[in-house]
Formats: sequence, structure tokens, C-alpha cells
Amino acid sequence: MQGKKKMTVRILAGAAALLLSVSAPAVCLASASAAEPAADLSAADNTAATSERVAEEKDAGTGKAGDQKPADKSGKPVRLRVSNWEEYIDLGDWDEEETIELPSGDIIGENSMVEDFENWYYETYGIPVEVEYSTFGTNEDLYNMLTLGDVYDVVCPSEYLIMKLMAEKELVPLSDGFFDTSDEYNYYSKGVAPFIKEMFETSKIDGEPWQKYAAGYMWGVTGLVYNPETVEEEQVSTWKVLADPAFKRQVTIKDNVRDSYFAAVGAIKSDLLISEEFRSAPDYKKRLEEEMNDTSPEMIAQVQDWLKEVKDNVYSFETDAGKADMITGKVAVNYQWSGDAVYTLDQADEDDFTLCFSVPRESTDIYFDGWIMLKRGISQDPRKQHAAEAFINFVSRPDNVIRNMYYIGYTSVISGGDDPRILEYAQYNYEAEDDEEETVDYDLAYFFAGEEDDSGEYMITAPAEQMNRQLYAAYPPADVIGRSSIMTYFNDKQNAEINRMWVNVRCFDIRNAPAWGWVLLCGVLIVSVCFLVKEKKIQGGLRNPFKRKK
Amino acid sequence: MQFSRKHLGIPYAAFLIIFVVAPLLVLFYYAFTDGQGLFTAQNFLHFFTNPNTLGTLYYSLIVALVTTVVCLLLAYPVAYFLATSNLRMKSVVLMLFIMPMWINFSLRITALKEILSVLEGNLAMHPFLNAVIGMTYDFLPFMILPIYTTIMRLDGALREASMDLGADHVQTFLRVTLPLSVPGIISGVSMVFLPAMTNYVVLDMLYNSTYIMGSLIGSYFSAYNWNGGSMISLILLALICIFTLLNSGDEEEKAREGGALL
Repeated sequence: MQGKKKMTVRILAGAAALLLSVSAPAVCLASASAAEPAADLSAADNTAATSERVAEEKDAGTGKAGDQKPADKSGKPVRLRVSNWEEYIDLGDWDEEETIELPSGDIIGENSMVEDFENWYYETYGIPVEVEYSTFGTNEDLYNMLTLGDVYDVVCPSEYLIMKLMAEKELVPLSDGFFDTSDEYNYYSKGVAPFIKEMFETSKIDGEPWQKYAAGYMWGVTGLVYNPETVEEEQVSTWKVLADPAFKRQVTIKDNVRDSYFAAVGAIKSDLLISEEFRSAPDYKKRLEEEMNDTSPEMIAQVQDWLKEVKDNVYSFETDAGKADMITGKVAVNYQWSGDAVYTLDQADEDDFTLCFSVPRESTDIYFDGWIMLKRGISQDPRKQHAAEAFINFVSRPDNVIRNMYYIGYTSVISGGDDPRILEYAQYNYEAEDDEEETVDYDLAYFFAGEEDDSGEYMITAPAEQMNRQLYAAYPPADVIGRSSIMTYFNDKQNAEINRMWVNVRCFDIRNAPAWGWVLLCGVLIVSVCFLVKEKKIQGGLRNPFKRKK
Repeated sequence: MQFSRKHLGIPYAAFLIIFVVAPLLVLFYYAFTDGQGLFTAQNFLHFFTNPNTLGTLYYSLIVALVTTVVCLLLAYPVAYFLATSNLRMKSVVLMLFIMPMWINFSLRITALKEILSVLEGNLAMHPFLNAVIGMTYDFLPFMILPIYTTIMRLDGALREASMDLGADHVQTFLRVTLPLSVPGIISGVSMVFLPAMTNYVVLDMLYNSTYIMGSLIGSYFSAYNWNGGSMISLILLALICIFTLLNSGDEEEKAREGGALL
């Protein structure tokens, strides 16, 4: 039933698309043809929204003005449409005992982050803002919604969709003011971790750095959650474990083509990727990225073969069930994003069940979700853009970062800059107790200070077992970052080819159809045809005698 | 304007146009165009030339067929004995069979997953079996109910007449009761077979990694390929139409005949 319902929803979505494309072709085609967005549409939206809130207007404009003044101070509430992943921001309402006690002060989430932002923005800039917060389930859903004409001002998709939207020229660049670190409210620019900053500066789409359009939110790497009782650490140090018959029907892989593709490339090129020669090459990082983003037809064919093997070996292709299956011990290895790995390990700990996390030696996909502003939503409205950038800054304020990290379990791209609280939070979580017998020094300088720092200031003394547990997943050590690579977005051609490959992997090949199936099909067909013909005769035969009786 | 009874149909007509006709037109539009909006039959040809998409159709048919057969074999005896017995608590027993339908679907399947895990050990070892069990579990009430109703409506005198005329129990069943309960079987079959072809949630939840028609369509939409996805939806729609037409023509006649008989 549900499956059918889903299908209907999709069909309806298609219907909406056509209706929209008839009434406002520009909206619908904007992303397909990279046409200029229809600005007047959202302007009309604005008018509608503001007229609804006439009552609120009277106390607008009376607030104090902030340092950064948006161009228009008419005092009407700014309507900011934000779309984010489900359960990806603090909703507040914490219990008293959940308070995070840090040396620099306590942190507790009383109200939802969105509500706090609305109040903070009004207090800081004197402009009322109304956030319309919605969520999406997958990047593909978000993209389809945007294509169907849904309008948002700020969204938080994953890196590959950001790249795709950048290439399609759908994004509004962040203003120069956003990068001004002398402004006290520019929490993002002041607090972003050095290596993320560098990644955003050096990674480019069509010659433009990511940084121009995107501000990071949460980040992580891909790896394998495993049960140390049944799996050796050595076995999960390679992506090849997913096809390893030793774990037949005991491993799970992600039910999405990108993550599966990445693991496949890692497994197929394993020998090259872990060879000393390749590792020590001067242009290692560049070559690694080229190898991991190989979408040549030969590679796609190999990936298809490997994934077919995986399909016969895995417990499931999972979207969400993998965590529970891991905790309940149904599977031994689970391909997982580091943020969810932390969650899985935490949950298992509550049941006194120890799980570990490993990042394969070949390479790992470093991913992030980031805030971007959409042209179609912002539509050159400076008030809106100001509110949007303030929103990004607000969620990057260290105390808010900690609230979100606590609530979501993922690791923020913010290291805090001069603010010590993020480091304190990491210590709060992972620093060993005084009576801990075995400890290790875990260096987080790469994250908090950049590579050149060796002051030891960012050293966490962690329990030894944390080396392959939550700390390792939340803040992977520098050598993992060293072998990470960014998986770029697939362009239309690659996307079509790779999805064909995916369908080939997941579908039943009719050439393998067993004889009994054909016999059954033909048999049922023949029987039902005979039956239909015969039935009519019998009915005809029965009809008359009975009628005569009457 | 004079109000007439015809006007009462307007809300439904509007509903029909917005939610049934318009989406269908859109479906046709996408199915026969490429990404640029130009007419093409490629989507259609792709489906019938790719062994994997054809294989999905095959796999869906087999899953649905086996499910239907299993449902029928389970449901008929239950419906028969329930309808012909003199049990006082008949309605209560019937309710016990129908009750699973009132419980949320995903909850039911989650429970089934745990039960099967206990029975089978590693669930993923038997993907096909799981799919059939899950579907049967889900659709069985839809098979029991129509058969039960049809047998209930049968005139007991016909059975008695058959016995009086010298037929034994088996002959009576095979030559009187069974043929007369065919309308119930047909409506049960169509209520099980068609949804079973597309209900991919059952497969997903029970760890069958092979796509059936529903999941194949979904995968096209997540790959932004609305055209290919629409075409497969359309092909499925055509198949369902054929099945329904075959059934309904027959069924209407049956209903009339049934009325004359009783």
C-alpha cells in the first residue's frame, strides 16, 4: 500500500511540475536550462507574506539598529525560508541535567535554534524576521522540489548538490561583509576550521571556489562500523570487506549510488591506492582525487561487476536500518558516515555492547553539508540576504554549534577560532578520567589550529580504546584526513551512465531467469485464458435451466 | 442557476480532473519526451531492450504470482470453513483475520522482520522467500474477505440439491461450490496480485535488494530521470489496465448471473 502511495505522490509531483511549467515556465526550467530566475515571483510571495503580518508591523522599526545595516529598514518582517535535513538542528527543550558544563560556561538548549535566531536577529539588528523552516529527506528530493518550483532562501544540502547547483548558476554569492573577520557577528568566518577553510578556498567549480557560495555546517568521512568481537580490525581496513565472502550476509552498504560507487572504486583500486609508491608521490592528493573520481566507461563497468558481487554478499542496501541492525547485532559490518557512526556507537554503549569505527586505508570520502543561498529565493533582496547570512552566522556561533553537535551527533565545521568552547566540548566528551589506566594523546591541531601548530595545546588525552571509537569518528586523525578525497558531483552524462549501472546492479537480469519461473508464468497464463473461455460456456449452460424454472 | 442533482457531481469531477486526469496527462507527456521536451519513443524502447528492466518486470510478476497463489491456498479453506460452519462466534473469528489490516503497515512488517529473524537466523539469506512471506502477510485479508462473502451468499439449497442427487462432498465442492465462488476468487486475486507487483516497501524492509517495479520507478526519479520513470509507470499502468479489464468484464456478468441464481 505504502509503495503504491509513494508512486502516486511521485506522479502527482510530476503533475505539479507540468502545471507549473505551463503557468510559469521560467520557474520550472530555470534549473534545467540555467535560465535567469523569475525574480518577480518571490517578490510577489513577499508581498503576500507581509500583508499577512500587518499586525506585527507596528512594533517593527522601534528596535535598535545593529552595526551592519541592511539597505531597507522599512521594518516589515523579513520572511526567511530555510530548508534543512530532518533532525539537523537543535530543537531545544533540554532537561536540566542535559546542561553541558564547560570551563567557559554552561550550555543548554532552551528554545529551538530557529526561535533563538529570530529573537537574536531582532535584538541585534532591530529587524523582525520570520523563519519558515522546513526539512527534506534526501538531496535528490531537495533537488526535485527545487525543480518543481519550490522556493527557499537558504538550504543545507550535501557537497555534491552544492557543486551541482553552483554549476547550474543557481546560487547567490556570499557578500564581502560575510568574510569580514573584524565584525563580531561574523561567527562563521571567525570560527571555521582551518582545513575546511582551505578546502573551500581550493576546491572549485567552473573556476569559482566553493567558499564564494557555500558555508559549511557539519562534516565527516565515510567508514565502517564493526563489531570487534567478530571482526578483526585488519579486515575492516579495506573497502574489499563489503564483498568478502567471510562476511556473507553480515555487512550492509548504503542504498545510494554515490556512496556505493566510492566504496567500489576504493576496493577495485585497492592495490594501487595503498602502494607506498602512490602514497609518497609528491602530487599524491591530486592523483588520489583523480583516481577516486574515475568515471570512465571501463571503471563504471568494473564497478558494476563489483557491486553485483556485493549485492549477493550484503545483508542489505540500507538507508536507515543499518544503525539498528548493527546495534541489535544482526550484522557485523556497516558502511556508515562518521556522524551516524558516533550515534550508533553511543546507542550500542547504552546497551553495553561495544562497537568500533574504522576508516579504510585506500581512501575515504570527506563530505560536508553546507548553507547556500538560492537566487530564486533571495532574488536580490538585500534584507533577505542579510538575514540569510546572519542565520548562517548564528548557527556558527560556538554555543549554538555545541548545541547542534549535541543534538545531531555530527561534527561541525566550526572550530571556534579564538573561542575555546568547541575544543572544551571535545575535551568534555573525550578527555580520559583521571583514573583511566591506558590513555593516548590524540592530536587535534589540524582541526583547531592548522597544520603548522605543534604546541600540544590541542592534544586530547583520551582513553586508549577511543582510538577506534567515537573520538576517531567525530574528529578523524590527521592521517585519515590526509588520505581523504572529495567526491565531485556527477554531471548529467555521468549521472545517466552511473544510474544505468546502478539499475543493472539492483535489477534482476532476465537472462538469469530460472526455468521454473517461465513455466509458472506460462502455466498461469494458459490456465487463466482457458478458464476465462470455459467459464463463459458453463455460465451459458447453467443460465437457461434456471431461467426456465422461473 | 437551477440546482439539479447533477451539480452534486461537480466536486468529484473536479477532484477527478485535478488528481487523476491531469497527472495522467503529465505522465504521458513525460513518458514520451526526452529531457528537452522533444517527442521520443526511446524511453519505451529502452525498457523493452534492457534485460535488467525486463528482468524487473519478470521478477515482479513472479513475486506477485507466487504471493497470489500462496494467499489463495491459505485463504480459500479459511473462508470456506468459516462461511459454511455453524460457529456462533463467526464474526469474531472473521475479525481476527481482518484485524491485522487495522494495524499500521510498517509496524506489522517490522514485527514480521523480528519473527522471521528468529525463525530463519540470517534474514538476508532468503530474499525471495521473505518477499513472498511479507506480501502474503500483508495481503492475506484482502483474499479472505471477498471469498468469504461470496461463499456466504451461496444458497445452501444448491449444495443440498447436489447431495440429494447423489454427489459426494468432494463432487459437490468441485462442481457446485467452487465454480460459484469464482467471482470472489477473482476479486481476491486482483486485490492481491496488482499491489504485490509494486509494493517495494515490503522488499526494502525485509532486505531483498532486488528491485521490483515500484522501486525501479523510484530509482529513476532519484536520478532526476522523470522521463524514464514516467514511462515505466505507464507500462505498469497499461498492464494493470489489461488485468482489470479481463477481470471486470467477467465479473460484471458474474454478478448478474449470481443474482439470477440466488
